[in-house]
Amino acid sequence: MNKQHLEENYYVCGHTACAGCGQSMAVRIVMNAAGKNTIVTNATGCLEVFSTKAPESAFGVPWIHSLFENAAALASGVETALAYQGKKENINVIAQAGDGGTADIGLQALSGMLERGHDALFVCYDNEAYMNTGIQRSGSTPFNASTTTSPSGKISAGNPRPKKPMVEICAAHHIPYSATSSVANPKDIEIKVKKALKIKGPKYLQIHVPCPLGWRIDSSKTIEVAKLAVSTGLYPLVEYEYGKLAKSRKISSPKPVSEYLKAQGRFRHLLKNEEALAGVQKVADKNIEYYGLK
Amino acid sequence: MKKFIEGSYAMAEAAKLCRPGVIAAYPITPQTHIVENLSQFIADGELDAKSVNVESEHSAASCVLGAQAAGARSFTCSSSQGLILMSEVLFCIAGMRLPVMLVCANRALSAPINIWNDHQDSIAVRDAGWIQLYAENNQEAVDLIIASHKIAEDPKVMLPAMVCVDGFILTHGMEVVDMPDQKDVDNFLPAYDPPYKLDVDNPMSFGLLGTPDVYQETRYAIQKTLEDVLGMIPEVGKEFGDKFGRDSLRLVEEYKTTDAETILVAMGSVCGTIKDVVDREREKGNKVGLLKIVSYRPFPKEVVKSALKSAKHVGIIDKDISLGSDGALYSEIKSLLPSDQKVSGFIAGLGGRDIKLNSVENIIKMAREEENSCKFVDLNKDILWDKFKTI
Repeated sequence: MNKQHLEENYYVCGHTACAGCGQSMAVRIVMNAAGKNTIVTNATGCLEVFSTKAPESAFGVPWIHSLFENAAALASGVETALAYQGKKENINVIAQAGDGGTADIGLQALSGMLERGHDALFVCYDNEAYMNTGIQRSGSTPFNASTTTSPSGKISAGNPRPKKPMVEICAAHHIPYSATSSVANPKDIEIKVKKALKIKGPKYLQIHVPCPLGWRIDSSKTIEVAKLAVSTGLYPLVEYEYGKLAKSRKISSPKPVSEYLKAQGRFRHLLKNEEALAGVQKVADKNIEYYGLK
Repeated sequence: MKKFIEGSYAMAEAAKLCRPGVIAAYPITPQTHIVENLSQFIADGELDAKSVNVESEHSAASCVLGAQAAGARSFTCSSSQGLILMSEVLFCIAGMRLPVMLVCANRALSAPINIWNDHQDSIAVRDAGWIQLYAENNQEAVDLIIASHKIAEDPKVMLPAMVCVDGFILTHGMEVVDMPDQKDVDNFLPAYDPPYKLDVDNPMSFGLLGTPDVYQETRYAIQKTLEDVLGMIPEVGKEFGDKFGRDSLRLVEEYKTTDAETILVAMGSVCGTIKDVVDREREKGNKVGLLKIVSYRPFPKEVVKSALKSAKHVGIIDKDISLGSDGALYSEIKSLLPSDQKVSGFIAGLGGRDIKLNSVENIIKMAREEENSCKFVDLNKDILWDKFKTI
């Protein structure tokens, strides 16, 4: 790690993330897009464990973690203190969590932060299961994915429920901005972070970040697999403004979901199960229609 | 200025006098009047602070954690289930060395649901690393809120403080309280200037992963600091006393203990009742005294030992119980005293059961007779679970 790297990045190398970790890549993009005048509140999870083992930290901006479910409540407190001190105009507050810390255990605090109108951006790094504890199902795990607590088996095709629609749940608070992005498209993340931080009020950004270990993919395939999630229609890139769908990224000729599924161990059981495979294709078709992706 | 006011109003005024920057609290009986009064002060422009109407006590504690880390003096208050919902965060606040101020309006824990007073809530979080002080009356509550800020925020301490006040008995009781002047409080308590905070010009990381290589040292550090706080309480208490004329901040209060043969030990508002009984007993020629514990955390072992050393009988009253063991105060104090000293533990006043003058008289009588570790006082045998009706 040289001096230049430290000066140019607000999330630096030296952390202990797995090779090919999508979350870690996305964090660097988010931090660098946000820049120096940013305070980060972080939920418990992989990111916190691999980036801030005492006495080291990979963060070049002020950063605080305390618990799993309270990143949004911490951000509410930090933002309020900055407002009290008259410093809020110049400082971004970003809360960040994995999908469990967002959609499950952290949902109440997140809803509170959005409803109260705090000037903060909540970033969810969505790797679609509890990866830090060993790949257990979360509310954000996709339909028919096999995890350690929703395993596929002789009579099960894996997780029986679709992903919790977090971007809509946040948009339903009629906040100024609620969007999705993907680590497959770094520029898209950068643009959305910068756009969100220009808006005063609560914002939500959910970034799709493959986890090579949990998804059982080669660590060199992170970006390739993330791209397939977008191009099949399984991970629509959308933006809501004040509760209304404002933009969606078009995919002119959507690829069949099997292209995405066959690349991952967590979906491998579907390749021999036509009915279950068709079920996942239905999810993509519904997304394409609902968000007008074509 | 002396005012005849409700306890919650007095405590809210005390919190206001400390000039908090951020207040976050979630409503729960009997704490509500405190946060309502603070909200009104802000709405009327009398208090320059930001209030956050959080969606739970967990978020209230998390919000003040974040605000205090960002460099703002922060205040919260709760009771009972609320404090227990906060408990996960309370351990974090102490572990992260953030001097948050909390007023606990003490209330029993469910089940059965019960909104009345005992000490089970704050006792249940006694191991969190917070300074815990118990007030006998509303004057003490006011004084302890102001004085404990000074200790908590000392750069050598940087630990949170919880002032425990008996729900309803104090929070909803009307008493004459001498409210300090803002000028004097400003003079006593300087603006919050922490040695570390979330600062974009000096970026630091808070709340890191503590591996087995470092974790134990973080606990040792809190323990050593709390031991130092034992020495600071009398010092800051004297400074507070010189300025405001009251010795509310102290480790313990010894009431007629010097020559006492029987000493009762208790915390909180029941000490007022006990003092009345002590006076009556003294009139009858019985040498009875009271040792009131003000600082429960840190626990002043040596002071307690020395105060009780000449007593023939010690009766310890707990408004809490570690079910399956004994009352909290009893366990701590019994272990300090010689095994041949007669020390009895009494459980009383749970879930708002009144501890009356004759309850205390009975306790004195029982303490003089046989030794008990966990004797429940004023049980109604008619409603006991069948199996135990023969007690």
